[in-house]
Amino acid sequence: MASQTRPISLTVNGRPVTADVEPRKLLVDFLREDLGLVGAHIGCEQGVCGTCTVLLNGASIRSCITFAVQADGAEVSTVEGLAGHGELHPLQDEFSEKQGLQCGYCTPGMLMRAREILAQNPDPTLTQVREAIASNLCRCTGYQFIAEAVLAAAARMREPKEVAP
Amino acid sequence: MKPPPFAYAAPETVTEAVRLLTENAESEPRVLAGGQSLIPLMNFRLAKPGYLIDLRKVAGLSGIRREGDVLVVGAMTRLAELERSPEVATAAPLVAEAVELVAHTPIRNRGTIGGSLAHADPAAELPAAALALDAELVAVGPAGSRTVPVAEFLQGPFTTALRPDEILTEIRLPVWHGGHAFVEYARIHANFAVVAVAALVTLDGGQIRRAAIALTGVAPTAIRARAAERVLAGAAGGAAAVAAAADAAVEGLAPSGDLHASPATRLALARTYVRRAIQLAISRAQNER
Repeated sequence: MASQTRPISLTVNGRPVTADVEPRKLLVDFLREDLGLVGAHIGCEQGVCGTCTVLLNGASIRSCITFAVQADGAEVSTVEGLAGHGELHPLQDEFSEKQGLQCGYCTPGMLMRAREILAQNPDPTLTQVREAIASNLCRCTGYQFIAEAVLAAAARMREPKEVAP
Repeated sequence: MKPPPFAYAAPETVTEAVRLLTENAESEPRVLAGGQSLIPLMNFRLAKPGYLIDLRKVAGLSGIRREGDVLVVGAMTRLAELERSPEVATAAPLVAEAVELVAHTPIRNRGTIGGSLAHADPAAELPAAALALDAELVAVGPAGSRTVPVAEFLQGPFTTALRPDEILTEIRLPVWHGGHAFVEYARIHANFAVVAVAALVTLDGGQIRRAAIALTGVAPTAIRARAAERVLAGAAGGAAAVAAAADAAVEGLAPSGDLHASPATRLALARTYVRRAIQLAISRAQNER
């Protein structure tokens, strides 16, 4: 069968994007191959491992079991959009500080999932964080340092913002 | 792996979606809802639909509303919406409790109630919850819509009464007055259940007036434990009646074994989890009074 492409337009990390994609193109492949955003990793390609996690309209999703055409009209956020103005996001900073990563393969997905967790609950308990990040597999850290990093970032994100003079 | 090529349409009405299903019958079309079961199958090339009809743009398929003693849920309603909905928490807490056991948040953010029921995975939670509640499913085809009781809808593993030219549009969940419980045994939190049990009881004074129990993991589909329900009806709800109901629930069952659990293990788990579910439902019913 001829693979006809379909036009899609969406927002990726705040920037409008239009493209023609094959319907069978997975969102993670669209991000990586068409947009060069290689932060979202490909792991299991069956929705189990979570390393492809990105946000779709603010909600975490597996981009390996979502077609790019399904993101038409949506707002997609990837790990590339997490840091702003040359400064690491508190989550990135604390993952680094607390050694919330070793090989780094799960990290982009883990960060995006953590961002959703803190958006829904800015002051989670350790148990809540551990349960929530169970959606994403990490084979290196044993999760403890990741959970500690999320809690440390949460504490920083709850602090009142400093207002520039 | 990647899915093989397919034609794709995102219609805006149910009528148009049904027309596409009918006109492209030779392409073996499939309906795409949340895609959380279908797309992994396509990635593995276990499913190779020639045509995908994506329901994401169809108006009116998503949403939760109360119609008297029925909670009406649109087929495209995401599991995460069910999880957060105050309406579901009030009118169908059994469904809310079951949904929390379905995979993880990122899957529930995409997966839909209609997709789960139409996919009819024999290990899934929602078919058992729907079965305990005597849910009715509304399907729309070329000849119009029809309502199918969930007990008739679930026909076998990945097999339902949905015809190839029909689309599931609505799930109608009767409101249960009394106590509920959805419990399961899974090897890892958020995995598919080895055994899951939905239990509903209504008390009348000190007695159980009515009970509904459904099990997953002991038969080719979710099943009702009618014998156990009969044991409970009119009983005082003490430990002996609950144990007798649990025995009745598994009597005559011949589950098949797999990598996760042997037939004997499944029966033992089913008996235990039926008992726990009934006890929890009774205690909740008592606290509601």
